[in-house]
Amino acid sequence: MSAALQFRNLTLGYDRHPAVHHLDGAVETGALVAVVGPNGAGKSTLFKGIVGVLKPLAGRIERGDLKAQNIAYLPQAAEIDRTFPINVYDMVAMGLWRRTGSFGGIDRAARASIEKAIAAVGLTGFEDRGISTLSGGQMQRMLFARLLLQDARVIVLDEPFNAVDAKTSADLFDLVRRWHGERRTVLTALHDLDFVRANFPETLLLAREPVAWGRTASVLTPENLLTARRMCEAFDHEAALCADEKAPALPQSGEVARAGHSVGEHGVATRD
Amino acid sequence: MLNDIFIAPFTEFEFMRRALAGALALALGAGPIGVFLMLRRMSLVGDAMAHAILPGAAVGFLLSGLNLFAMTAGGLIAGFVVAVLTGLVARTTELKEDAALATFYLLSLAVGVTIISLKGTNIDLLHVLFGNVLALDDQTLLLIAANATITLIVLAVIYRPLVIECVDPGFMRTVSSAGGPAHLAFLVLVVVNLVSGFHAFGTLLAVGIMMLPAAIGRFWARDTTLMILIATASGVVASYAGLLVSFHFGVASGPAIILIAGVLYLSSLLFGRVGGLVRQAFPGRHLEA
Repeated sequence: MSAALQFRNLTLGYDRHPAVHHLDGAVETGALVAVVGPNGAGKSTLFKGIVGVLKPLAGRIERGDLKAQNIAYLPQAAEIDRTFPINVYDMVAMGLWRRTGSFGGIDRAARASIEKAIAAVGLTGFEDRGISTLSGGQMQRMLFARLLLQDARVIVLDEPFNAVDAKTSADLFDLVRRWHGERRTVLTALHDLDFVRANFPETLLLAREPVAWGRTASVLTPENLLTARRMCEAFDHEAALCADEKAPALPQSGEVARAGHSVGEHGVATRD
Repeated sequence: MLNDIFIAPFTEFEFMRRALAGALALALGAGPIGVFLMLRRMSLVGDAMAHAILPGAAVGFLLSGLNLFAMTAGGLIAGFVVAVLTGLVARTTELKEDAALATFYLLSLAVGVTIISLKGTNIDLLHVLFGNVLALDDQTLLLIAANATITLIVLAVIYRPLVIECVDPGFMRTVSSAGGPAHLAFLVLVVVNLVSGFHAFGTLLAVGIMMLPAAIGRFWARDTTLMILIATASGVVASYAGLLVSFHFGVASGPAIILIAGVLYLSSLLFGRVGGLVRQAFPGRHLEA
């Protein structure tokens, strides 16, 4: 197995404050990883780093031979203008961008693949509907159809089943399973731990610092979850510089500032 | 009889033919530009920029006559200065973006008019404020036609990234970096069309031939392509009918064109298929599924 993504002492954040702190590890090609953690744990931040929207404050992400277009991303709160006059078909067709670019035509084969993707998410018959008329669940189905067409090797889903009913999330998770079967690498942020235990072989538990990463059963232990809850805190604007570029901070009561700070790249949150 | 009303004005008078050609060329470019301005919720920004930009274009016009480069450069500089100052003030003071933009476009307009009143004639001033679609000379016609051509070609080139950038900018960022340049090219097209519109309609009404047709399109179409077609068609109809009204009743031609567009807009507002008021009041019985 080769790594699709390799994190090397990765720190991501905003305004020098880390939201993901000293993350090391690899996502194997074909892995199905749940990213779990409290609100503000850095799940979305990590995903933005993976797709390259956010540049690391320190460390790096090695993507091997992956190009930006090989990574598909479903953000938590898509910035979609729902009032825009565009229909489901055209919206799904955007997924073909890698093949069509700005000018490429949509030929018969492409048309067939668009229809297949729309059918796969159960939206057949909705092709001509404007996106302003879709329900939340239908919207999410449409976005999954677009992901299908993107044909990406790495798929990053940020809380894709939020505010979606059981039937829809089951249907959509079937697609995730299918991607997993096709040896695509899938990372999904989730809050439903029972669902994670039942469906995801691998889990990364994040609370700004990585708490645990590995087989789901060994990661989602009560101790780890408690640690994660304690560690997650708001930004501290008075945070000192982070001295330690190597080892992740100890989770003890979330206190990670140390004596003898040397010049660091980024701030570290402290609670005084 | 019908010939006298609808066709003869154009066959008999050259200035009417020129006006028609100019207005039609303008409507072709302004239609799609207006639709995108509306869809990006920039209708009033377009209006403000028309006032901010056109004095710059007018200065270019006074310095070097009807020179496409000088006028566009003047307009771009004025627009750029206003945009940058607006951003600075909004960021560093208590004034919000809209108030900051309003103060600077008004100043820009005042500066433009002052410069023209110092250096130019009263005819120049009237020309800048109200335009004159009946007095388009060869160069101006060429300028308008060239701008319309550029607009349609550039729009064809940036259409797909522009639409995606409008509807889902987050997606655009992850698949391509063409979104930003497409938006920038679009803003340049807005300026180019304002420069055109300023000759025919003046700085006060230049945005009219963009925004009214776009609003008409919104009431009849649910997808962007049809909306653009309807907007352009309304612009064309308003140009033709407005010139006829202006000819037969002796009213100013620019405002006549915008007024006809206004009549089309009001009827669309009432009877439009998509969200028209009558349709809202009497939606008909609901369907089974």
